[in-house]
Amino acid sequence: MSEGLQIHGPLFSLLSLRLAWRNLWRHSRRTWLTAGAMIFSNVLLIFMISLQLGSYDMMINNTLRAFSGHIQVQAEGYKENQRMRRSIASILPLTERVRAALPGAAVSARAAAFALVSSEERSFGAQLIGVQPAREPGVSTLPGLISTGRYLEDPGAAEIVIGSVMARNLKVGLGDEITLLGSGRDGSFAAGVVTVVGIYRSGMADMDRSLAQLPFGYFQETFFMQGHGHAIVVALDGLEQVAPAMSTLRPLLRDGLVLLDWDALNPGLKQAIQADMSSAWLMYGVLILLVAFSVLNTQLMSVMERTREFGVVSALGVRPSRLAMLVLLETALMALIGLAIGLFLGWLVALYFNTAGLSYPGMEEAAARFNLPDRIYPSVSPLSMLLGPVVVFGFCLLAAIYPAARLLRLRPVEAMRAA
Amino acid sequence: MSGSLPVAALSRLAWRNLWRNYRRTLIMLLAIALGAWAMIFMTALMRGMVDQMVEDGIRALPGHVQVHHPLYRDDPSIENSMSEPGAAFAAAMNSPAVTGWTARLRVPAMISSERENRGLMLLGVDPDGEVAVGFEKDSIVEGRWLERIDDSGIVVGKKMLERLETRLGKRVVLMSQDPDNEIADRGFRIVGVFEGTLAAQEEAHVYAGRTTVQRMLNADGEVSEIAVAGRDYRDVGELEALVIEATAGKDVTVRTWKQLDSYLDAMLGVMDGFVLVWMVVIFLALSFGLVNTLMMAVFERIREIGLMQALGMKPSAILYQILLESLFLLALGLLLGNVLAVASVYPIRGGVDLSVVAEGMEMFGASAMLYPALKTDDMILANAVVIVLGILTSLIPAWRASRYRPVEAIAKT
Repeated sequence: MSEGLQIHGPLFSLLSLRLAWRNLWRHSRRTWLTAGAMIFSNVLLIFMISLQLGSYDMMINNTLRAFSGHIQVQAEGYKENQRMRRSIASILPLTERVRAALPGAAVSARAAAFALVSSEERSFGAQLIGVQPAREPGVSTLPGLISTGRYLEDPGAAEIVIGSVMARNLKVGLGDEITLLGSGRDGSFAAGVVTVVGIYRSGMADMDRSLAQLPFGYFQETFFMQGHGHAIVVALDGLEQVAPAMSTLRPLLRDGLVLLDWDALNPGLKQAIQADMSSAWLMYGVLILLVAFSVLNTQLMSVMERTREFGVVSALGVRPSRLAMLVLLETALMALIGLAIGLFLGWLVALYFNTAGLSYPGMEEAAARFNLPDRIYPSVSPLSMLLGPVVVFGFCLLAAIYPAARLLRLRPVEAMRAA
Repeated sequence: MSGSLPVAALSRLAWRNLWRNYRRTLIMLLAIALGAWAMIFMTALMRGMVDQMVEDGIRALPGHVQVHHPLYRDDPSIENSMSEPGAAFAAAMNSPAVTGWTARLRVPAMISSERENRGLMLLGVDPDGEVAVGFEKDSIVEGRWLERIDDSGIVVGKKMLERLETRLGKRVVLMSQDPDNEIADRGFRIVGVFEGTLAAQEEAHVYAGRTTVQRMLNADGEVSEIAVAGRDYRDVGELEALVIEATAGKDVTVRTWKQLDSYLDAMLGVMDGFVLVWMVVIFLALSFGLVNTLMMAVFERIREIGLMQALGMKPSAILYQILLESLFLLALGLLLGNVLAVASVYPIRGGVDLSVVAEGMEMFGASAMLYPALKTDDMILANAVVIVLGILTSLIPAWRASRYRPVEAIAKT
């Protein structure tokens, strides 16, 4: 017996590693085919997952930055039903307190009303938002999307900024006057005449058609708000800051006010992501199972064709558990090859699209619906790179348990007789 | 030995070879079955979702083909309206391709209750015509649907009712603009409440009698939209041609729903592409195992193959034998996969309830109930992909087996 076969050595050793490595290459083609299945699914998983995570990030950021912000303070029940009367009293002092509590964040107050807007030729129902001209650009991308004219400047001026579709529908341009008709906070008739100073183009047809902004002070007067407003909008640098900011703000709230995070403000968003993620994992699951079947088949064959050999070795006194461990080690090595090459190729693919962007037919229409640009840039992060391959690796090892376990029941004499 | 064995004998050989290592064959069978199941089952789910999206979208504003004033889509005001279609149009629509048609006045308006105002689209409709093109009376959850073309009541969405803080039987005021750019308004009693498959629909539209709206807006005999419905929304070519012919010479634009809602049309296209990509991906994941299995089967039998060749079996017969083995394997796996797919679609044919993520599904434009759509075409496609690509892939090991030199092969241990 060679000195190499330590009968009672540790289950893992450099020697068993070398043995496993050599065994793998006894059938190099088979090993490569099995590793090939892993590489294929790893590359595919990396590509798909990085694409998904990339587009979720963009979906969330674009939606939040466009208008809603990360956190809002509102009167209780306002989100469910945007009634004029469900408002925050003395909103400006409270906004100042919120701003003082969150030094890094952008904070702005808003008030909202539905009204009939009329030009000389046309009338439409629209949502009017009273905003703080100096603060709004911090919480929303909309002020930066002015395509003609300028954004609001004077907090008390009779000015309005409208969307490009609304401008076209009303047949108005810069400098034209628009009449507003609606009801004030007290239910009385509210009317005003404002001058169009800017026209924005967000690319979201709904927004461009129906949303217009006025200076907060002018809105207060016109709709008899008496210091009330409807929302304090907080924009943060990232989603991870939402939870700490929420706990900072909670003690500032009076009774009757609620703190809403981005998920509560955009209930469809997280659910759309969840629905997309779960249907995707159903598909990934099938792919991973198919790879696992491939490994199961290969390792089972590899164990069966070595039955005689294993019989001899165990007759010499090597414990079956050691043999089983050897098979698991072989699988782990093979899966590592699949992981390393798959990770490398997948990383290259993701990196390429991360710079070049990805587009496919029909995406433009879908992208517009989810506030996405018409090119998606996959995210290259440890999570998006490793998630898929690590799961594949785990399932490959699981698949090797059955062939390995067969060795535990190995009977040396019968095994040696096997053909 | 003649060298060319009859197909029957080759098949018997291939079939027996398949079961020499039954564990390996069973694992591969399971893998193929799982792959085929995944292809068919997932496709049925995705198809079901997109079909539902398109159907909901069409139901939201029925009419597979619609006729408008050329400027109406850009500027949906009363100014861009057309005169009501006459007897000639009605006669032209009397065709088997048309299941129903109607004309509506459709203008932006503001609705006000005692407490709230909202903007929406006011639809002046012919109640019977609307039902003929696809409005479902079942969607009325309270009160009644409009009864006459000059009905003085309105039917509003459930969500809108909540927004306006009003209820059935109450009066609301609708304001819109007449052709002279004057604000026209009129009080209406809410006579019915409808529920849409998507919550957004309930806030977007309010229905009133067409003549009533025409009178309110001083627009007698004017309509904004003619909607024509056919039997199958997928095939609207004939319908479109018919409507174009019927409106020839008039200054109007004819569009199909595909042009009216490019998102839905794009989704249908994306779906077709996705189904094919998904099937090929699953097949590729399978193919590694398939080649591996056949390679191993060939490798174990090198000596045997060499012996057969030495005895005069032609290389082509060996090639066919391996291919037959692969064909049997694929066919059995597919059979199992198809049965599994049908069996797993059957219990959920009544729909899967996804209301946990209803608002997310609404973002996709899909409703919270998912009805799987198992289509023969997709099943055929899945089976064809597996068989055709499977046989092509098997050519590699089969060809290798047929190229062994008898003497070397026999010498191999």
